Amino acid sequence: MMANSRTFRARQAMGHTVRGRALVAHDGFSARYDLDRIAGTFSRPGHKLAGRSYVGKILVLDTAKGGVATAWMLHEMKSRGVVPLALVLNSVNPILAQGAALADLPMLAGFDEDITAAIPDGAEVELNPQMRTLLIVG
Amino acid sequence: MTAMKLDSEEEDILGGKLGPLPQQALQHQKAVGEFFGAADFVPVTQAHIMADTESLGEAGVRWLEGLAAIAEGQQQVRIPTITDPRGTDFAKAASLGQTQGMLDLERRAISAFTRLGVVMTDTCINYQTIQAPIRNEHVAFGDTGVVIYSNSVCGALSNFEGGPSALAAGLTGRTPRYGFHLAEHRRATLHVRVEFTPTSLNEWGALGAVIGRLAANYWAVPAIEGIVRTPKSDELKHFGAAMASFGSTALFHVVGLTPEAGKLSDVASAGLPQHRVERADIEAFQASYRADDGVDVVVFSAPQLSLYELRDLAAICRGRHFAVPLLAVTSPQVKPDSDRMGYTESIEEAGGTVLAGMCFYQSYAREIAEANGWKRLATNSAKLVNILGGYGYQPILASMEACVDAAVTGRLS
Repeated sequence: MMANSRTFRARQAMGHTVRGRALVAHDGFSARYDLDRIAGTFSRPGHKLAGRSYVGKILVLDTAKGGVATAWMLHEMKSRGVVPLALVLNSVNPILAQGAALADLPMLAGFDEDITAAIPDGAEVELNPQMRTLLIVG
Repeated sequence: MTAMKLDSEEEDILGGKLGPLPQQALQHQKAVGEFFGAADFVPVTQAHIMADTESLGEAGVRWLEGLAAIAEGQQQVRIPTITDPRGTDFAKAASLGQTQGMLDLERRAISAFTRLGVVMTDTCINYQTIQAPIRNEHVAFGDTGVVIYSNSVCGALSNFEGGPSALAAGLTGRTPRYGFHLAEHRRATLHVRVEFTPTSLNEWGALGAVIGRLAANYWAVPAIEGIVRTPKSDELKHFGAAMASFGSTALFHVVGLTPEAGKLSDVASAGLPQHRVERADIEAFQASYRADDGVDVVVFSAPQLSLYELRDLAAICRGRHFAVPLLAVTSPQVKPDSDRMGYTESIEEAGGTVLAGMCFYQSYAREIAEANGWKRLATNSAKLVNILGGYGYQPILASMEACVDAAVTGRLS
């Protein structure tokens, strides 16, 4: 597949390199608004990932939503191991950046195309913050 | 990635000359600043920390306790640094169905913050009760409702600062200069013509929610025209809090009203995307939350109620007898005045409860729903209906009067 060879470059990046399975939707992200953080699933009715587990996945979503709680919650989720592996978004707000920094969670944001349309749900991807790249590997 | 320009004091802080506490704080701020391409830091005069223990969890409280242990004998926060609501009102925790473990975690967080020099104001309406920022004042505020009001109505300059970053700003007295600290990000990115000026707080919230959905992005700034009278502070409080909640929006301009938008051209260039919002949009928004007329609990919160809101609520509670719980949540600064003026008594004689220093959604909303059998929740807060869906509630948005009627009958008419 042509998509398998594609590399996507982000304008903003933090964290370390990880590889994992992508969980993709053109929808927003807020840890408080959208998640059942105990079960490790999207719980908000109407969210395109409602009912699906985010644990260990590289979340590929459109934009940050909601309030400031995510700045604490990613750290708390990581302490219990009920956390995404990394975050990839078309655009982020300061809260996601602050939360990812505290939790030491890799994150990429800002692409020249809609990254939620470019990455197939379930694809194996590698996220490299030093190179600011997202690579489909399988 | 371009490194941020540091002054000599910042070099000293990063080098550890001022101790590990500001060093750790500035390292965190630098990582965030460089992510957003900040050129340097900007001094801030106030910080406001969102830190309910449902968000922090055990891990977050331990992290705070670690900082507090470092703080012993060192310089603590260097600017006025205050707190958003706690996760409980200790005096009423049992009636909410909160557990001892929740309260113990709260006490540990409070102890850690106090040792760091943080002032426990426990309010999300500090711009009404503590000290409103002034135009061009750079601040580091948490709680999206506080930020959007301070930016838009006061003309202050703040990004959304989550708890760790707001605390860092308190410890260093500065924040990375990006986003809404920069004039270029404060210009409008969409133009909204409003054909309907709300008359109730739930309608103001609904209007904010509809505009927030149109903006749909932190970096979007609506310029709004068509509001035909000067709104009150409480109306803009609900308007902004809902817009921030639905859109992650941090700044709006109302042309001819808010300080940066004397006229449209002050904040908007030609050719912006145009939107129109009518009464039907507000009605459709409210109707979208009306799945069931039955009500298990009525909540007034998010943001905390002002003294004027409590006065209005008390007036329509007098002589009523509630069949379902009614909770009214305010700040620790307003509660004594509510007691003194007899508002608390009027609400509680009808069977309601006035809580202080917490906010409903920040108080283990999922757990207290399970403890009390609450699912169908009526409120006049558009922000609250947005948040509580993810917590398993079936929220309903209605006027204060309709919510009080529902507390009497158990049904929204």
